[in-house]
This record gives sequence, structure tokens and C-alpha cells, in this order.
Amino acid sequence: MSPLVQGIVTVILGVGGCVGYFFLSNLILDKVIFPASGPRPGRNINRANLVRPWLFLFPAMVALGLYLVYPVVGSFWRSLYNRSGDEFIGFGNYQTMFADDGFQTALFNNFLWVLVVPAAATFFGLLVAQLTDRLRWGNIAKSLIFMPMAISFVGASLIWKFVYANNADIGLINAIRDFFGADEPLDVLQLNFWNNFFLMFILVWIQTGFAMVILSAALRGIPEETIEAAIIDGANPFQIFFKIKVPQIMGTIVVVWTTITILVLKVFDIVYTMTGGNFGTEILPSYMMSYMFRDDGRATAVAFVIMIIVLPVMIWNIRQARAEMR
Amino acid sequence: MDNIAGTKSALSWVVNLSVIFLVVLWLIPTVGLLVSSFRDRDQISASGWWLSPFPVEQNFQAKAAADDATSQNGTNVIEGNLFSEGSGEVIRFGGSRNNPTANAAGETAELSKDRTLTVQQNGDFVYTSPAEIKRDPSIYYSTKTPPKFSMDNYRTIMSSSNMDLAFINTLTVTIPATIIPILIAAFAAYALAWMDFAGRGVLIAVVVGLLVVPLQLALVPLLQFHNKIGIGQSFLGIWMAHTGFGLPLAIYLLRNYMVGLPRDIIESAKVDGATDFQVFTRIVLPLSFPALASFAIFQFLWTWNDLLVAKVFLPSNSESWVMTVKIADDLLGSRGGDWGILAAAAFISIAVPLIVFFTMQRYLVRGLLAGSVK
Repeated sequence: MSPLVQGIVTVILGVGGCVGYFFLSNLILDKVIFPASGPRPGRNINRANLVRPWLFLFPAMVALGLYLVYPVVGSFWRSLYNRSGDEFIGFGNYQTMFADDGFQTALFNNFLWVLVVPAAATFFGLLVAQLTDRLRWGNIAKSLIFMPMAISFVGASLIWKFVYANNADIGLINAIRDFFGADEPLDVLQLNFWNNFFLMFILVWIQTGFAMVILSAALRGIPEETIEAAIIDGANPFQIFFKIKVPQIMGTIVVVWTTITILVLKVFDIVYTMTGGNFGTEILPSYMMSYMFRDDGRATAVAFVIMIIVLPVMIWNIRQARAEMR
Repeated sequence: MDNIAGTKSALSWVVNLSVIFLVVLWLIPTVGLLVSSFRDRDQISASGWWLSPFPVEQNFQAKAAADDATSQNGTNVIEGNLFSEGSGEVIRFGGSRNNPTANAAGETAELSKDRTLTVQQNGDFVYTSPAEIKRDPSIYYSTKTPPKFSMDNYRTIMSSSNMDLAFINTLTVTIPATIIPILIAAFAAYALAWMDFAGRGVLIAVVVGLLVVPLQLALVPLLQFHNKIGIGQSFLGIWMAHTGFGLPLAIYLLRNYMVGLPRDIIESAKVDGATDFQVFTRIVLPLSFPALASFAIFQFLWTWNDLLVAKVFLPSNSESWVMTVKIADDLLGSRGGDWGILAAAAFISIAVPLIVFFTMQRYLVRGLLAGSVK
């Protein structure tokens, strides 16, 4: 059976199975276990309504538990075992890992990424959102800047590999250098330390659209009276932007910033495709992938370090969500 | 607002120019690769894509036929034309491999051993040698060729490199992985939005927390789990994985949307005797269409563009490669310098997401806003 046919069958089975499960389980609950007729219909209806939420939640809870909650524990547990997984070595994996030069480079680079990418993407996003705010063709401009969001990280890497190509007849960067009289083409991806920034720019290029969309909506949501008042008081456009608008959308800026930060900690595709982690460009996710299938103990240890870094944001998100529900 | 004094300032043209600059900066890389995907392979390495509308100067090599040699006044001479088929314009030429463009057209090149070579602009050449000509002498020349655009790169990549199979594999991964989580999440979101039960707040907090769990954590334990229950690395495995990974966002988005639905409709339906199941399927689900569409687009783009999950949960043989894996692991290695082919492959892989993106942008934006501003 070809995978595509298998896929279609799976869709039908999956959708049919889900609908069937929900329909039948509700039916059984209402007709068989707690029928709304017989001696005590009232009590039965109440009991059925106590059970029903869990019927609705059951498949989702199983999937979430198995695919996201269990792995957090499972990964941590696995990271305490050695490479082949048969010997408990405590924090041995973490010890060797932290002593490893490759890991230190990855950690340092990841630190740079977290510092630069969210800042740059939010900055460009805010810039575009503000500039296009009252522009007649603003929506077209925004749509074009938003476009990289649809492109895969691999596709984007390829697009930029072409720009960075080590040949003045192919790569735009070297063509510009050539135009200004550089003798030799330069491989920016092998440029020690700075190559990281060329890789980061790819993610900035992708994420600016995201930041722009959200910040643009936030700018639209600012009450017009505040701006009108500032204009009447004689504020210039820069003052309006920095002193009236930015403070009012600070909350959104923080959300955008943290969302991109989380993303930065997960993206391995760009480094993997562009340099394969060579030339000192390794980051934690790509470092982890280089151990995947080879040394699961080490791989899970790296993954858990990423989890620890993400943890504060996770707690902050949960607190925000709880505060909102109250 | 446009009429308020101070807003229509001299800044407006600066704003227009800077937006144009930013848009161009953002588009150039993609346009460059798109143009290159239609260019002839040799032309790509001969001139930048920004020069693609103009004729390209390319170097060629031709052989003068030693059999055509005639003897004139004691020297052996070959005469002929470089452009045996069609016509062209020679710009420079040379007689040795080391310096293929040493002379301008019309000059006479002095070669070693008293041999000479003259090439005219129209391609006529005269080769003379005092000694007998045994082997076909080489003539190197450069000429302007008109720009060539074709679908050849696309044809090559589709027919020879299994890209068509990778395309189908990507589609195979994407469709079930998009549809199934929506359904599971919709029921859960309804329960979290409109049903009262103990522990609801905790569950919502858990979903919010799971939104940011790094996928990296899931890889090793889940692959082990799949191996243990006999699924191993397979399409079934990746569908399940994508379903699990997509659920937090799906539940979160859908719940946020469903909570905003008017309470009256749902309560009056219940007063009329509708069960929760009926309220859900007849009222809430149809009304939630915009949120369902937003999530479907997210999940579609995410699964279509994913490399990490596909590398881990699909078999590593070439029959199961999806397009991202195919490009990253195969084409970049085996076709590393062949930009025409790489560009064509990239555009085959991003064409569908781009279409979805431009046709359904409204829902995508709405989803983004619902997912993060709250």
C-alpha cells in the first residue's frame, strides 16, 4: 500500500474513529450507564454531566500526556543513563557535556542567538508596523514582509545560502563586495564568530513578519484620543511613537519577544542546513541532533538543558494565563 | 486621522521610501532564487541573477579539424568557422587552456612553436602551423549568448531525483497530521470552555505550559516508545507525533475562541433540551470555523515545513524522504553547486505553503493574534 493511500485511509479512520468515539461514548453514557429515564432521571442526568467533560477530554489528555508530558520525565530519566542505556550514571552525561568544548561553543552561540534574534526581529517588526500603519499600500507591504513565515527553515536556508554564496557571480554579498573593489570572494559562512550573525539574520528575516503582524494589531488598538492629545500638545512624530505608542504596547512587545525567544531555542534547521554546525556555529538544538541516534544519553541531556532554559518562560506564561482567567 | 494637522508631514515620503527599501530587502533573496531556478545551468555560474535579462559572456572550447588542413606556401593551415550551427559573436579568444581569452577578436595570437591563430568576430578562424598538424588543435573563445530561461531545472529535478516522490511523501505526512488534531482538540477545547468541572483551571494551565515544551525532549523517549509498540519509524508514527505536538496550540486557540462565543445561544439551546454533544456539533463547531481554519493553516505550514520530526520519526531510506529532508540531507550534498537544481527544488517545496499563505492570510493573521496577544 503506497503511503498516500495509507494516509487517506488514516484520515478516514482517524476522523471516523474520533467522531465515532465521541458519539458512541456520549450515547452509551446517556442511554446505558445513566439513562435519563427510569427510577431517578434527575440524579442520572447530573451524574452523566459530571462524567461528560472527561469523555470530551480523554483523547486529548492521552495524546498530550504521552507525547508531551511523558517525554519531559522520560528524557530526564534517559539522560541519567549511559550511551547504550543499560547503566545508571547519575549526572555523568551532564558532567562530560559541560566539559565538552563543543557544548560550550553551542551554549555561547545559543546565548548570542537569544540575545540578537528576538531583539532584531521585534525591532524590524515594530519598525515596519509603524511605517506601514497609515500607508495606502501598507497591507501589500506587510503581506510581502510576512511571506517568509510560510517558507520552511530549510527553504529559507537555501535562499540565503544563495545570497551568501562564495562567488561574485552567484552570491549577492560577494557581488556587492566585488563592485566595491574586493579582490577575493569571501565565504561569510566560514568567517569565524561573525558567521553566527549571518545565520541569525535568516531567522530574523523569517520572524520579522510575525512580530510585525502582532505589533501592527497592537498599534491599531491604541486609543486614538491619546495620540490626538499628544498632537494637540505639539508632540513630534518621534515623541508620539516613543513616548505615547511604545509604552502602551509594551505588554505585546514582551509577548512577541518571549515567543521568538522560545522559537530560537528550538530551531535546528538553519544551522543544520547552512553549516552543519561547522566553523563554530553550533547551537544547542543542532548540537543535540548531532548526538541523536549516536548517544541518546547525551542527546537527552542537551534536550533537558534546553528545557531548563525554557522553564522560566513557561512558568511566566502559566501565571499570565491564570491571572487572566480570574 | 489623515486630516489631522501634523500627521501629513514631510516625513511621508521618507516613510514611503523606507518601506519600499525594506520590502525590496525582504524580497530580494527569494526573487533571486526564483529567477535562478529558471536559468540555464551554465549561465547561473557565468553571471549573477541580477544580470539575467542581459546576454551572458560565456567561455567555450572548439576543435579545429586536423583533417581540413591544407598546405599553403609550406605552412599548414586550417580555416573554418567556430559557429558551425547558427551564428554568434566572438569577443575574445585564445589558443591555450591557460589563457583562454588572451586576444580580442580580429587579432592574431602567436602560439608556441611559431603557430598562429586568428579569430574574427563572426567566428571565422585561421590556424597556421609550420609543422604538420596531427591532432585537432583547440580554440578557446568567449561569446555573448542571449539569456536562456526554461523549465529544464524543474524537469530534471522532478524526473531524475525522486523529488516527485518526496512531494507525495510530504503531502502524505501533512494531511492526516493536520486533520486529526483539529478534531481531538475541538472536543477538548469545548469541554475546557463551556463545561464546569473540578480541575478545569489546572488543565488549562497545563495546556498553556505545554505550548512551550521543546520538541527536542520528545524525540528520544517517543522513538523508543514507538519502537516498543511496534510502530517504529513509519508514517503512522509521524502522524501520531505531529498530532501530539500540535494539540496544545490547537486546544489553546480553539478554547480562546470558543469562550468568546455568546453565552445566550448555548444556554438557550440547552434549555431547549440539546445535549452537550448536540450543542457542540450543531452550534459551537460551525461557529468556530475561523479558529479551526487558523489552526489548520498553522498546523499545515508547520508539518509541511518540518525537518526535525521527519528526520527522527520517518525511516531514513530515500523512499520515505519528505522534501525538507531531501533538500537538506541529499540535494545540498550531492548537488551542492548546482544552483539551478537546488533553486527549483526549493521552489517546488515552498510553492504549496506560499499558495496557502496568500489565499488564507486572513485566517493566519487572526490565529496569530488569538494565539499570542492574549
